[in-house]
Amino acid sequence: MSIALMKDDLAVVFGEDVAFGGVFRCTMGLAEEFGRERVFNTPLTEQGIAGFGIGLASMGHTAIAEIQFADYIFPAFDQIVNEAAKHRFRSGSQFDVGSLTIRCPTMSVGHGGLYHSQSPEGFFLGASGLKVVIPRSPIQAKGLLLGAIRDPNPVIFMEPKILYRSAVEQVPMDDYEIPLGKAETLTRGSDLTVLTWGTPVYHCETALHMLSSPPESLAKHIPASVRSAKVELIDLRTILPWDVETVTESVRRTGRLVIVHEASRTGGVGGEIAAEIQNRCFLKLNAPVKRVTGWDTPVPMQYEKFYIPDALRILDAMVETLNY
Amino acid sequence: MGVLLWRGFDFDSVMAQCFGNYEDDCTKGKQMPVHFGSRKYHFHTISSPLATQIPQAAGVGFALKRDPARRGRNCAVVYFGEGAASEGDFHAGMLLASTVPSPTLFIARNNGFAISTPSSEQYHGDGIAARGPGYGMHTIRVDGNDVLAVLGAVREGRRLCIEEGRGVLIEAMTYRVGHHSTSDDSFAYRPRQEVEDRKRIDNPISRFRLFLESRGWWSAEDEERYKEQVKKQIMQAFKRGENLPRHELKEMFTDVYSGEEPWTITEQREELRTLLQKYGKSWEPWRSELKKYKGEGSEFMS
Repeated sequence: MSIALMKDDLAVVFGEDVAFGGVFRCTMGLAEEFGRERVFNTPLTEQGIAGFGIGLASMGHTAIAEIQFADYIFPAFDQIVNEAAKHRFRSGSQFDVGSLTIRCPTMSVGHGGLYHSQSPEGFFLGASGLKVVIPRSPIQAKGLLLGAIRDPNPVIFMEPKILYRSAVEQVPMDDYEIPLGKAETLTRGSDLTVLTWGTPVYHCETALHMLSSPPESLAKHIPASVRSAKVELIDLRTILPWDVETVTESVRRTGRLVIVHEASRTGGVGGEIAAEIQNRCFLKLNAPVKRVTGWDTPVPMQYEKFYIPDALRILDAMVETLNY
Repeated sequence: MGVLLWRGFDFDSVMAQCFGNYEDDCTKGKQMPVHFGSRKYHFHTISSPLATQIPQAAGVGFALKRDPARRGRNCAVVYFGEGAASEGDFHAGMLLASTVPSPTLFIARNNGFAISTPSSEQYHGDGIAARGPGYGMHTIRVDGNDVLAVLGAVREGRRLCIEEGRGVLIEAMTYRVGHHSTSDDSFAYRPRQEVEDRKRIDNPISRFRLFLESRGWWSAEDEERYKEQVKKQIMQAFKRGENLPRHELKEMFTDVYSGEEPWTITEQREELRTLLQKYGKSWEPWRSELKKYKGEGSEFMS
């Protein structure tokens, strides 16, 4: 955000509690560096924040808004879905809000419950005109956020909360962008594709490791035949519009797909991807597309460990899909 | 929480909800701490989203008005802060209660801070009370640190609310001496001295105590004895609540729907059962997690 503010005089950062640094300390020092006219607290109104950002962006300014938790984006749903997403379409491109980016913390850290652990990305899938991005790591977050801010479309940028606490990477100081709409293949493989985004990327990496060298307590559940399987891990990164080419190309080679997300299964992004992939890869599939997701209940706080997909659930899904 | 305690909600119930143990009837461990609720004490369960309760209260008030047994006797009361009053739902609730109308008492606690944001950045007008007349609503602003003044204002507000069957707004002015939550360090955005001064000079508890003492109804010895006694009760409830297990794991899937359970939930519960039977005994992270639930997940093991 500092780079965006430095290089673009029209850029402003605003939201609840952003001036002192934000509840997750993402905007630390920005108000001091760029002044309170460009980095400011708003009254507590998510629909107001989104609407204000739309107005600002429609005047050609760069609006970087923060909604304090993705769980609290719903009052802004009307402004985002009916206004931001449709702005260009309904005005025949006379007006657009492409310079609007809405950041919000998302996903679980294990003890947030109904209103601090949700993954609402799926709710925006039907809002054509909007982009939805979820980074997996600090380097990715910087490049994708700069990409989102400069993308000519309004973007919802969801930041997995796990990144604020436990992710460590040497992030380049320079200005760099990671293109939106492109998935990244993290591990190449030929027997199974695992597709995910955000926090579960880490659980998937653990699961891949557990598959090739299972801990003793799990060894009996992991047949020797699957331990040498080459698993391809893909981070989708942009959820809307999603990179169908990369995923299709991968599944054509592997013949198997496991999709992992924290949101509930019904209405989750996994369903959309599974439908499209079976359409494009039907004759190549050796197993049904499998989804490892949160259950179809609200996120239950004291039960989160058995609600949010973890490495073991992903491992089990991989074994089942490989053995199908 | 004061309302609940006054109505008879005990310390064990408070701790049960805060620890999310199996005695938590408020949310069955599904919500974060301090999300109380009690049908017995007519206290609708708290949810985290801000201000959503405000228009709901207008609906509750209207339901009371339609009930012949409660019409003219009861009203709905809704609490919120000066930060929540910035949400659209505040305006919707005020408008509905004054227009429909509905006997609803709106109590705004203006404690000067919405997490880090001071009220000076929350509104430019004259606080929340100034908005009442705009909605055609009787409005009282009261010194929120004066216990008896608050009691008087709420009694009068309630009387007007029920007599006229319409919304009434009370704004209680106070100061948040605590941090917003356990993950907030408020000294990052306000001076420690300011907080200490407010604690010392304008503390509603000591003000009320001094009043009682001046009347000869209370003494330093009474104070000490009472504090000791309450502290002991709270610590007992704390230790008890802390050590009780959570609800049974199967509760994760309950209370989503009433009536016939959708196949999704039935099948997903079975999916978890299969996983737990396969790994629940051998995989250490799951085995130790299961121990935290009443019955240790045994309902899934057979």
